[in-house]
Amino acid sequence: MLQTQELQVNIGPQHPSTHGVFRMLVTVDGETVIDLKPVFGYLHRNHEQIAEANSYLQNMPYTDRLDYFNSMANNHAYAMAVERLAGIEVPERAEYIRVLMVELTRILNHASAVGFMINDMGAWQTPLAFGMREREKILDLFEMASGARLMCNYFRFGGVVRDLPPEFIPNLRELLRALPAYIDELERLLRDNEILLQRAIGIGILPPEVALSYGVSGPVLRGSGIPYDVRKAEPYSVYDRFDFDVPVGKVGDVYDRFLVRIEEMRQSKRIIEQVLEQLPDAKGGHINPKARQNVRPPVGDAYARIESPKGELGFYLVSDGSTRPYRYKVRAPSFINLTPLADMCRGYKVADIVVILGSIDIVMGEVDR
Amino acid sequence: MPEMTPAELRARLAEALPAALVEAEPLAITPPPAHGPQPGLFNPPDPVVRPDQLVAAALFVRDTLGYAYLSDIAVVDYLHAGCFELVYRFYHPSGGPSIVLRVRVPRDEPVVPSLTPHWPAANFHEREAFDLFGIEFTGHPFLRRIYMWDEFEGFPMRKDFPRQGDKYLGGESEG
Repeated sequence: MLQTQELQVNIGPQHPSTHGVFRMLVTVDGETVIDLKPVFGYLHRNHEQIAEANSYLQNMPYTDRLDYFNSMANNHAYAMAVERLAGIEVPERAEYIRVLMVELTRILNHASAVGFMINDMGAWQTPLAFGMREREKILDLFEMASGARLMCNYFRFGGVVRDLPPEFIPNLRELLRALPAYIDELERLLRDNEILLQRAIGIGILPPEVALSYGVSGPVLRGSGIPYDVRKAEPYSVYDRFDFDVPVGKVGDVYDRFLVRIEEMRQSKRIIEQVLEQLPDAKGGHINPKARQNVRPPVGDAYARIESPKGELGFYLVSDGSTRPYRYKVRAPSFINLTPLADMCRGYKVADIVVILGSIDIVMGEVDR
Repeated sequence: MPEMTPAELRARLAEALPAALVEAEPLAITPPPAHGPQPGLFNPPDPVVRPDQLVAAALFVRDTLGYAYLSDIAVVDYLHAGCFELVYRFYHPSGGPSIVLRVRVPRDEPVVPSLTPHWPAANFHEREAFDLFGIEFTGHPFLRRIYMWDEFEGFPMRKDFPRQGDKYLGGESEG
């Protein structure tokens, strides 16, 4: 008779497929995953406590370091929370510039997320280079506007730090012209590859009611078929003026999450085109000239959330009437989207774990904070 | 899209779970001044729920009111008021603004029943609150530190945690 034994295997913390320093304690029976315990905290720096010792404006560049792929989106959520707390108005033009930047962020995040995911499937390096190709052009745009490629620190309370430079719009139009062909190419990388499809279809299924009970958000929730998008569910900024669709998956497997990301890039492009149409008529400048940057909000609390590329990113702030936040809490989408990881992996093979993790799309800077 | 003001939520809760609501006092955020009135009283409009009724109130919000998306659990340490406040934030899957339940527990005995067995979305939020604030969630299936290492002593997000010179940095533990 064959003697079988359960084994405990550590995946990570130093592992190329864990997207940073992330450890999974996996119990396996042969190749099949029985249980999985995520272990993190290797990048923990008590972001929230450091932020409580800083002034409100000092935290703006610090939010860049949360999810370092999407610094613009982090800036947006934090600026909105402080504006709600202090009652600062944002001019129309500034709102359009903000939406433009966050949607560009979404395209670059999803392109690299898809690249990394295919990388995790074993298609080593080349698809990732595809994913990064258009990202570089978007980062060039960010550099034009903000002076930095990754840690943009572009948003201020009441607007953005400076207006778009004159060469920005022509470059953006050129990017938009190339984008549809690029997205199709990226989609075909997986969709037309029989081997990769085998690794993606029917793997890591997260049924819709389970996804909702776990509180996941972003492409993971929509991949499971629930059309919940903060841009539609609770429109903020000027998102109610744009015409766009919320793509959803059918079964909630790795392939659906991939397709949702691809389609969201197309929708982001649609939004950017509408921004470019409406931007010349927008009132006001790039920043509210009356907005003080060394804010001293009245006693109270505020929560603001946006649809960041990874999910619902929220900031909860409590003010004690001084120049520093009394409480600064980040609702990090990467962190909460890891809650159902054990359920998604149970019953699949060890090699599927890295693919499932890649399809959730996490950044450890945001998970560990 | 459903919308519910804090007053409406309070009325619905008072009808369904009359034992759950507590009369909340405004909280002092800043230390009391040597003379003059206390500045900075924090008085949110949301209903404050008794800790032992939290699970019933949260399940009422989910199953009866339909707010099935638990978005966030934030803990705030009101050192000068002597309590922790937990802010539970719920959304409706069809959209609309949030509704908020608040729970207050004394700083010297921070015990709250866990929501995780009934609602798995609370799992990591509660572990984070346990790790950084030392809130004890009774009934949580795996209440372990999530960011700090297991042997770490103290709860770093509490307002009275020394910000400098703790023993892990090699200095004397003087704040």
